[in-house]
Amino acid sequence: MVSTMVNLAVPSVSAHSIPFVIEGRACMLNRYPLWKYLLILAVLVAGLIYALPNLFPEDPAVQISSAETGETLSESEIERVENALDEAGIAVKSIEQTNQQWLIRLPDPNDQLRTQEIASDVLGDDATVALNLAEATPGWLQAFSASPMTLGLDLRGGVHFLLEVDMEAALTQRLEVNASAVREMLRGERIRYRNTEIDERSLSIDFASEEDRNEARRLISREFPDFEYSNEEEGRAARLVMTLTDDLVNGIQDYAINQNLTTLRNRVNELGVAEPMVQRQGPSRIVVELPGVQDTVAAKRVVGATANLEFRLEARPDTPDNETETFSFRNQPSRSADLMRDVIVTGDSVSNASRSFDENGRPQVNIDLDGTGGTLMNRATRSNIGRNMAVLFIEHKTEDRTVIEDGEETTVREPYVERGLISLATIQSALGNSFRITGLDSPTEAAELALLLRSGSLAAPIYFVQERTIGPSLGADNIERGLLSVQIGLLLVALFMLIRYKVFGIFANIALALNLTLLVAAMSLLGATLTLPGIAGIVLTLGMAVDANVLIFERIREELRNGMSVQQAIYSGYERAFTSIVDANITTLLVAIILFSIGTGPVKGFAVTLSIGILTSMFTALLVTRAMVNLTYGSKPVKKLWI
Amino acid sequence: MKPLTQRQIDFMGRRKLAFVVAAVLLIVSIGAIFFQQLNLGLDFTGGTLIEVRYAEAPTLDTVRQLLRDNGFEDVAVQTFGASNEVLIRLRQAFDPDIGNQVVTLLRDDGASVDLVRAEFVGAQVGDQLRDQSGMGLLVALGVVMLYVAFRFQYKFAIGALLALMHDVIIVIGFFAVFQLDFDLTVLAAVLAVIGYSLNDTIVVYDRMREEIRMSRIDDMPQIFNDAINATLSRTLATSGTTLLVLLALLLLGGDMIQNFAIALLVGVLVGTFSSIYVSGALLLPLKLSREDLIPPQKETDEEEEELP
Repeated sequence: MVSTMVNLAVPSVSAHSIPFVIEGRACMLNRYPLWKYLLILAVLVAGLIYALPNLFPEDPAVQISSAETGETLSESEIERVENALDEAGIAVKSIEQTNQQWLIRLPDPNDQLRTQEIASDVLGDDATVALNLAEATPGWLQAFSASPMTLGLDLRGGVHFLLEVDMEAALTQRLEVNASAVREMLRGERIRYRNTEIDERSLSIDFASEEDRNEARRLISREFPDFEYSNEEEGRAARLVMTLTDDLVNGIQDYAINQNLTTLRNRVNELGVAEPMVQRQGPSRIVVELPGVQDTVAAKRVVGATANLEFRLEARPDTPDNETETFSFRNQPSRSADLMRDVIVTGDSVSNASRSFDENGRPQVNIDLDGTGGTLMNRATRSNIGRNMAVLFIEHKTEDRTVIEDGEETTVREPYVERGLISLATIQSALGNSFRITGLDSPTEAAELALLLRSGSLAAPIYFVQERTIGPSLGADNIERGLLSVQIGLLLVALFMLIRYKVFGIFANIALALNLTLLVAAMSLLGATLTLPGIAGIVLTLGMAVDANVLIFERIREELRNGMSVQQAIYSGYERAFTSIVDANITTLLVAIILFSIGTGPVKGFAVTLSIGILTSMFTALLVTRAMVNLTYGSKPVKKLWI
Repeated sequence: MKPLTQRQIDFMGRRKLAFVVAAVLLIVSIGAIFFQQLNLGLDFTGGTLIEVRYAEAPTLDTVRQLLRDNGFEDVAVQTFGASNEVLIRLRQAFDPDIGNQVVTLLRDDGASVDLVRAEFVGAQVGDQLRDQSGMGLLVALGVVMLYVAFRFQYKFAIGALLALMHDVIIVIGFFAVFQLDFDLTVLAAVLAVIGYSLNDTIVVYDRMREEIRMSRIDDMPQIFNDAINATLSRTLATSGTTLLVLLALLLLGGDMIQNFAIALLVGVLVGTFSSIYVSGALLLPLKLSREDLIPPQKETDEEEEELP
C-alpha cells in the first residue's frame, strides 16, 4: 500500500525536473553539442598517446662505456663481446651506439646479469659495464615526452644502496651542541673558562681555578645529569671532563639511525610516487632500494646528500680566538670571515623550505623555522641588530683512495667535511620564523638545498658502502599468476555487464576500456611505479568504476518501469543518478586527497591511484557513455531499449 | 531482474537481529586484535637478511620453495648484483646462527654455497610512517563527516562514520582471528575498503534522502525499506562485479595477492552489509525525522502545489 504511494511520487517529481518536455520535442533531449564530442575525443586521444608507451616494455640491456672519459670503444671490441655471448648461447636483440656508449639489448631479462659478467670478462678494465633498462618507446611517442610506468621492486627489481651511518660523527655532533650550551651557561653564570675540547666521547673544559671548576661542575651536572664527570689536573689549569655514559651513547646512536631512516624515507618519497624501500640493516646501516635502474646518479645525489645549514653570528673584532672559527666563501675561496663558534640554529629547525627568485632573478631559498628555531633566531637577532649573520653550508663527503698495504691494493674511504659560507648579511631587524637566504650558485642548487632542508637533514652523516642491482623479489611464476588473475577478473566484469545490461553493457565495457587507458596514461605521466598489488588495485578500481554506470542503468530501467518514454528515461536516468554519483565520489576523493597530503610512502601511492581512478571513472561514466548513448539513440524515435 | 526490484524485503524489521550480529562481530574483532594480535608481516616487523654466493647460478624458485618447505615465513629471494649472488629476506628474528642454518639447508641438494653475511633488517614501516598514516586517516574521516553533515545532515555523518569504523575493525579483526599475514599490501586493501564502503553508504543515503523528501508518510522504517529496496539491484550488481574480480585474484593470483584479495573480500561483504544495516538502520535510533531535512522539504511542497 504505502510503497505504491512512493512509486507514484517518482514520475511526478521527475516530470517537474524536466518541465518542458512535450513528446514531440523529447527526441531533442539526448543530444550533445558538437564541442562536447570534440572535447571527449581530444581527452581520449591524449590518453591513448600517453598510455601507449606501456605497450613497449623497456628492454633489459647492458650498457658499455669506455673507462676513460671521452673515449669510445671500437667496434672490434664490441664484436668480441658479441662472439662471446654467442658462444654462451645468449640471444641478443640489438646492439646500438649512442653518445660514446654501447647498448646491448636483450630479449630475456634473465640473461642480463650473465651478459654483464661476460662483457666485463672480455673487456677487462678498459670498460665500465652497467645494467640498464633501455626505453623501447618509438620516437614519435617520445616526441610527446610520453614514457612507460616503472615496474616496482617486486616485478623487476632495481638498485640497492647500502649506507653506513657515521656513528662517531653523531656523537661528536651531540657533544658540540652540548658544548655550546655549556659555554652559554658558564658565560651566563660569569664563570671564566679557557678552552673546550671534544675528544671521541668526552668534552673537557679548562678552568683557571679549582673553585671555578667545582662551581661549574655543580651547575653543569645539574643540567646534564646523564654524563659521567671527573676532574683532571692539566698543568696549571683545572680541567673538568664530562663523558657520555654507555646508555647515552646507545641512545644517541639509536636516535641517529632512526632520524636518518625518517629523513631518507622523506627524501626518496620526494623523488616521486616511487614505491621505494628503506630499511635498517644491522646496528649502523641502512638499505635503500629504488625500483628501476635508470637515473641512479641523480638518485644517489639526493639519497646521499648530507648538506645542512648553520646560522651563526660573525665574530666581533674583540672576541677571544677560542670562541671563533674562520671559514671561506664557497664561491670565492679567497674571501673568508671569522664566525662565532656558537650556532644560532641549524637546518634541523627548518619546518619548510622552497626555492624562488629574488628581484634580480637570482635563486634564493625561502625558509620557515619551527617554533623553537624561530624563538632562538628572534632572540639572537633582536639583540644583535647591525651585526652580520652568516649562513654556513656544511656537506659531508667521502674520498676513495687506493693505498698499497702489505703488497695489496685496498681502497680506503676517508670521510671529510666541507664547510663554506654562502652568505654574510647585516641583520637589519629582528628575524622571526620565516626569512630567505641568497647567495646560492644556481637554481638547481637552490632547489636541491630546499629539498634537503624540507625533507630534514641527517642526524649523522652517511656513506655509501655498496651499490648493486637487485632482481625482482617475486618469482616469475608468481608474477605470471598475478597478471593472469587480473586479466580474468577484468574479463568477468566485462561479461557480467554485457549479460546484465545488453547494449548498454557494451557501452559500459567500452567506457571501462577507455577508463583503463586514461588511468594508465595519467599514472605514466606522473611517473608512478607499478607493483603487483598496484595492478590488482587498478583492476579493483575498474571493478568499482562500473558502479557509476550501474547506478545510471538501474535508474533508466526504473524510469522505464514507471512508464516513461525511452528518451525521457535515458535523460532522467543520467540526471538523477548524477547526485548519487557525485556525492559518493567526492567523499571518496576527499579521503584520497587527505591520505595523499598527510600519508607517506605506500599510503601516498595508493591515494594517487585511487584519486585518478575516481576522476577517470566519473569522466567515462558520465560523459563518455552518455556520448555513446546519445549517438546511438538520440534524435530518433526509439521504441524499446535493450537494457 | 523484476522479482528482485518488486519484492519489498523488510530490512528494517530485522534490524535488531542485524545490530546483534554487528555487535558480536565487532566484539570478536576487537577482542582478537587485543588478545591474539595481528600477525604482522616483514614490512612491519623486520627480520633477517642473508646474502649467499653460489658457485653456479641457482634457480630462484627452487630456493624459495626449499626455504618455504622448511618453515621459513615471508621469504623474499632476489639476485644481488650477479646471477650467482642471492639475497634472502626472512621474517625470522635475527640470531647469530641463522645464516649458517640457511646455508646448510641450501647445501642439502648438493649446491656449493657460501655465506657472505647475515644481519638483522629493521621494519620498512617506521613509527613515523605509522603515526602519520593514522593521523591522516583520522583527519580524512573528520573531513568526510563534515562533508556528509553539510550535504545531508549530521545524523547521516554519524551513521557513515560508525559504518566505516565497523567495516575497518571487522576486516582487521578477521586478520587477527585467522592469524593471516598483515603487510603493507593488506594495509592498502584496508584503505580501499574505506573507499568502497563509503561509496556504498553514500549511494544508499542519497536514495534515502530522496525518498524522505518525496514520500508523504512519516513511517521512517518503511521509507528506508523503500530506499534500500530501490538501490538493492544496484548494490548487488556493484558488489557482484567487485566480488568477481576479487575471487579471480584470490583463486588464481598466487600468494602475493592472496591476502590483499581476502582483506577486500571481507571488506566488500561487510561493507555491503553495513551500508544497509549499520549506516541505514542507525538513523532510526538517532531519530532522524523529516524535519531534519527541512529546507528541501519546502521545495517538494511547492512542487506538489503545481502538480495536478
